[in-house]
Amino acid sequence: MREAIINLAYILAATLFILGLKGLSHPRTAVRANLQGALGMLIAIVATLVDRHIVGFKLILLGGVVGSGLGAAFALRAKMTGMPQMVALLNGFGGLASVLVAGAAIHEALHLPGDPSLQMTIATGLSGLIGVVTWWGSLVAWAKLEGVMSEKSVAFPGQQVFNGLLLLAALALTAMLAHSPYDIEYYWLICGIATILGFTLILPVGGADMPVVIALLNSYSGMAGAATGFVLNNYALIIAGSLVGSSGIILTNIMCKAMNRSLANVMTGKGTAAGAAARAEDVYAGRIKSVQAEEVAMIFDGAQYVVIVPGYGMAVAQAQHAVAQLAAFLEARGCTVEYAIHPVAGRMPGHMNVLLAEANVPYDKMKEMDEINPSFAQVDVALVIGANDVVNPVARTDPKSPIAGMPILDVDKAKTVIVMKRSLSPGFAGIPNPLFAADNTLMYFADGKQGVLEILNALKQS
Amino acid sequence: MEIFVIALTILVLANFLGFEVISKVPPTLHTPLMSGSNAISGITIIGAILSAGSQHTTLTAVLGTAAVVFAMINVVGGFLVTHRMLRMFKRK
Repeated sequence: MREAIINLAYILAATLFILGLKGLSHPRTAVRANLQGALGMLIAIVATLVDRHIVGFKLILLGGVVGSGLGAAFALRAKMTGMPQMVALLNGFGGLASVLVAGAAIHEALHLPGDPSLQMTIATGLSGLIGVVTWWGSLVAWAKLEGVMSEKSVAFPGQQVFNGLLLLAALALTAMLAHSPYDIEYYWLICGIATILGFTLILPVGGADMPVVIALLNSYSGMAGAATGFVLNNYALIIAGSLVGSSGIILTNIMCKAMNRSLANVMTGKGTAAGAAARAEDVYAGRIKSVQAEEVAMIFDGAQYVVIVPGYGMAVAQAQHAVAQLAAFLEARGCTVEYAIHPVAGRMPGHMNVLLAEANVPYDKMKEMDEINPSFAQVDVALVIGANDVVNPVARTDPKSPIAGMPILDVDKAKTVIVMKRSLSPGFAGIPNPLFAADNTLMYFADGKQGVLEILNALKQS
Repeated sequence: MEIFVIALTILVLANFLGFEVISKVPPTLHTPLMSGSNAISGITIIGAILSAGSQHTTLTAVLGTAAVVFAMINVVGGFLVTHRMLRMFKRK
């Protein structure tokens, strides 16, 4: 009876998780949805605490207090610009928790009557494999994002073959664990091999591809959880793990499409430009029109419809608040201001939207690429701040370019384009951008935040 | 075997459900989606609590307690940071 009630509580928790994700379909319902998810988790935890296998609460309390404290500290201190790092760490912790739970479960199984089932042993091996890869892979991703480690792709010849062999070895050990479940050393061997695999799998991923890899590791952490569900034969874990796993896969797909890159190329660090930089001279020579804040302000003076295109540079310069001030000033004069957000702007899916929301930009002003692209012909001024590859028309025109076929924001169709950048340095793709030399483009060389504030000052004085 | 088939059925159905529900999340909420799904993957806490609480051996108790710590970081950190972000999304 008690067991039935606990299981009903788990179903209720899973239902609340699903409702929680469903409510994320609109910003209006999202806050409540997140609270529903949290309520589901609370119900699951309380139900577990009344399980009759529990003989003492001290360790649970200890772990719960330490974990809650650390989690709250992370969540409250995280800066919005650092959200990719935070999510990378959470992905990793999710994977590690699965590894530890599966490890504990297989050790416990030896003290119970009867042999561990085939389902349990195979799932244990997979939990260890996926969970450990998620943990170390996420730490590598974190280190790259945080700047502790170079963002460049680190690869060696034969890396894929090497990774393939590691994977086969881990799977072989899983089979051996299934064959003789009392040799638990196999489990820890799997974890050891997965440690190497976690590094060699994520090290080749370059800085521009971080949004993909964070989404992928998100998915892995879910899969590890689902595998642990098979270890414990717990449906709440299977359902929750599946939801997270499919969420990560969907985001991975969206990011790959938005960069027109295959997942295989992302994971091997392939497809970034080589040798194209030499042509920068030909593209830019004599065609760059550089302007100062006063001239930019004069152009804004007559504008009715302005679209701001934020890129990673805006986040680095912490310019989102200045940008929002400029937009508010223009709107007060009757000008329409919207934001065009490319799916891979920033370092993780949706990162720009969070940064703009932090600066009190209403979400109905943030437009997706497909929504805003047809409007650019009517735009008086497109202000590009710290974005490069995502507005490079070469993606449409040059089939040989490394970004050929990548969907871009059609800012070049606007009447006037103002590109704010510190220099003409190339973006992640490493290629020159003909937009900077176009007839309707003006280059405003400045730091994101300082530059926007100077435009605002000039506007106020005119 | 029968237990496995039930679990597999749930896995398949939950994945289809996940794809349906999450495909409807707009790009503007993709970052909160990721942090929120991290919180949900903290559901491993229930396995962690059982191991930390049932204390079969010292080793399983230690593994379980460590798992409670990491899963709880995800639960509390994930839901809290998601809440912080979602509260910032406002209409004009």
